[in-house]
Amino acid sequence: MNKIKNLWATRRDSVIAFGIVIAAYIVVQIMSMTGNISYSLKGMLVPICAYVVMAVSLNLTVGVLGELSLGHAGFMSVGAFTGIVVTTVLTDAVPSDGLRLAIAMVVAAAAAAVVGVIVGVPVLRLSGDYLAIVTLAACEIIKSIVNVLYIGMDSKGLHLSIVKQSFTLEEGGKMIINGPIGVSGINKISTFTAGFVLILITLFVILNLINSRHGRAIMAVRDNKIAADSIGISTTRYKLLAFVISAAFAGMAGTLYAMNYSTVTAAKFDFNLSILVLVFVVLGGLGNIWGSVIAAALLTVLPELLRKLNFNDYRMLIYAILLIALMLFNNSKLKQMLLERRGSKKAAKTEGEVA
Amino acid sequence: MALLEVRDLGISFGGLRAVDEVNMKIEKGALVGLIGPNGAGKTTVFNMLTGVYRPTDGGIRLDGENVVGKKPFEINKMGIARTFQNIRLFGKLSVLDNVKLGFHNDVTYALPESLIHFGSYRKKEKLMTEKAMEILKVFDLDGQWNYKASNLPYGKQRKLEIARALATEPKLLLLDEPAAGMNPNETAELMQTIELVRKQFDVTILLIEHDMKLVSGICEYLYVLNFGRLLAEGTPSAVLSNPEVITAYLGD
Ligand SMILES: Nc1ncnc2c1ncn2[C@@H]1O[C@H](COP(=O)(O)OP(=O)(O)OP(=O)(O)O)[C@@H](O)[C@H]1O
Ligand SMILES: [Mg+2]
Repeated sequence: MNKIKNLWATRRDSVIAFGIVIAAYIVVQIMSMTGNISYSLKGMLVPICAYVVMAVSLNLTVGVLGELSLGHAGFMSVGAFTGIVVTTVLTDAVPSDGLRLAIAMVVAAAAAAVVGVIVGVPVLRLSGDYLAIVTLAACEIIKSIVNVLYIGMDSKGLHLSIVKQSFTLEEGGKMIINGPIGVSGINKISTFTAGFVLILITLFVILNLINSRHGRAIMAVRDNKIAADSIGISTTRYKLLAFVISAAFAGMAGTLYAMNYSTVTAAKFDFNLSILVLVFVVLGGLGNIWGSVIAAALLTVLPELLRKLNFNDYRMLIYAILLIALMLFNNSKLKQMLLERRGSKKAAKTEGEVA
Repeated sequence: MALLEVRDLGISFGGLRAVDEVNMKIEKGALVGLIGPNGAGKTTVFNMLTGVYRPTDGGIRLDGENVVGKKPFEINKMGIARTFQNIRLFGKLSVLDNVKLGFHNDVTYALPESLIHFGSYRKKEKLMTEKAMEILKVFDLDGQWNYKASNLPYGKQRKLEIARALATEPKLLLLDEPAAGMNPNETAELMQTIELVRKQFDVTILLIEHDMKLVSGICEYLYVLNFGRLLAEGTPSAVLSNPEVITAYLGD
């Protein structure tokens, strides 16, 4: 029966896609071990992984749920600073860098999810432009709060304050987050491998979600809220679910990102970053998870590659032209035709399921 | 006790009294028509029955349980499903997924199973697919299960909406002009399908239709709405020979 064949085709496609990502990882790993990667590109490997996770998770809100969020960087920020605090606290207790990073990411995901609920419950009553504007505001609020946050650790444990004057640590205590100055002296424990594993986990979970009853309910809310309601689907519940899962992954990306630099400030996770990630999502195709992976990776390395190829003068020009070309391609008949050529059966399937 | 009891139902939009003092009693297993000229308030009655609008007056009971004030998704869980006059499908999803969504509250598994595809995920998905394909077969849509819903021809979209509503296993099915936009052949065929569905799925049906002759073929009881009020009710032959009804329609 062609039904079985089709299910097979979907599975085969995603095996191939995962295969490509793994192959890319191996190639980069070999290149970097044999010294074939420039120093600056090497420094970008972890941020690229973080951006890929950001783009894939934002696509869950924007492409799969269909609500425009302009505040994704806010959740990344929550994850970044949570991760920093957790790794600092656990420095002695958990000597293994990898394990400490993993624990930090789990806590960061939980923290970002909690903030996701706090932001999501009021925000998701809105939709469209209003929702977009309020998510933007939420991101700014998170930034402002982190900006006045003082967290330190001494023998008595963790201390937290939002007033610098009242913040004192014992002799030998360690300042972790120092208000607007942010964090410095981070023990850089993020690695390309850690980022790669996080990407795989993110893709696995989000693609699974899309192909499940929960994911279908989220897409139903996107396609028609009134109809979703009419068949017993609580639209608010599934909007919140998508939003919170999206926030949790942004939190993990935040930890990965932060633990790759020696200093991090709240200002790094601003509106511009939210927009940058949104650009990846839009150019990769709304609801197209693999598109987000490619767009995020490509558009992050591209400026660097162009610089290396001595296109320095025209670097930003080429970058801009490419952005426009991608955008045109995405909305074009050509893409539609290419998709249809891959088999009329597949074309009939949904974007989210193209996977 | 009747399956659906509507008592003195009314709603105002600003100064407009769209529905006023409507009383209905629908027995379990019945196939009932709600007819009336354009703007009579038929769709508005459906919207109140399904919680899209909250009535300003009156009561609605399903199997003796109060419906007024409940949210639409809760009312569906209580046992009322519907289709829409202006088709509302999940356009980007496949035909199969549209119907599988109807089983959302019936065939369930937990969120972790959705995220990791373990436990009963595979079994429940298979069950849902089988059940959905069965319903699709009734509507002759099984051959197009993998089409994007928005790519279906108009007539088939209407059928898919009915299929999706039936998947929620409702006690009461509300159909808002199910034959709109269909040619006479398709319409006749659809009416037969509706009769079949009532028996096969053991469901009570209330359907809105413009064409009085068409409903009189399958409905055993009709309510006639005009300017938001019930103008007449009874068996099709009694209603269709009612002079008031004839004037309302001719004056349309
Ligand atoms: N949300 C609303 N706000 C204001 N007026 C409304 C609203 N919904 C319906 N109405 C009005 O209520 C009246 C009844 O509309 P309704 O759609 O129920 O009619 P109908 O019998 O279904 O007509 P048709 O056969 O054209 O579908 C109309 O005058 C309509 O303009
Ligand atoms: Mg109507």
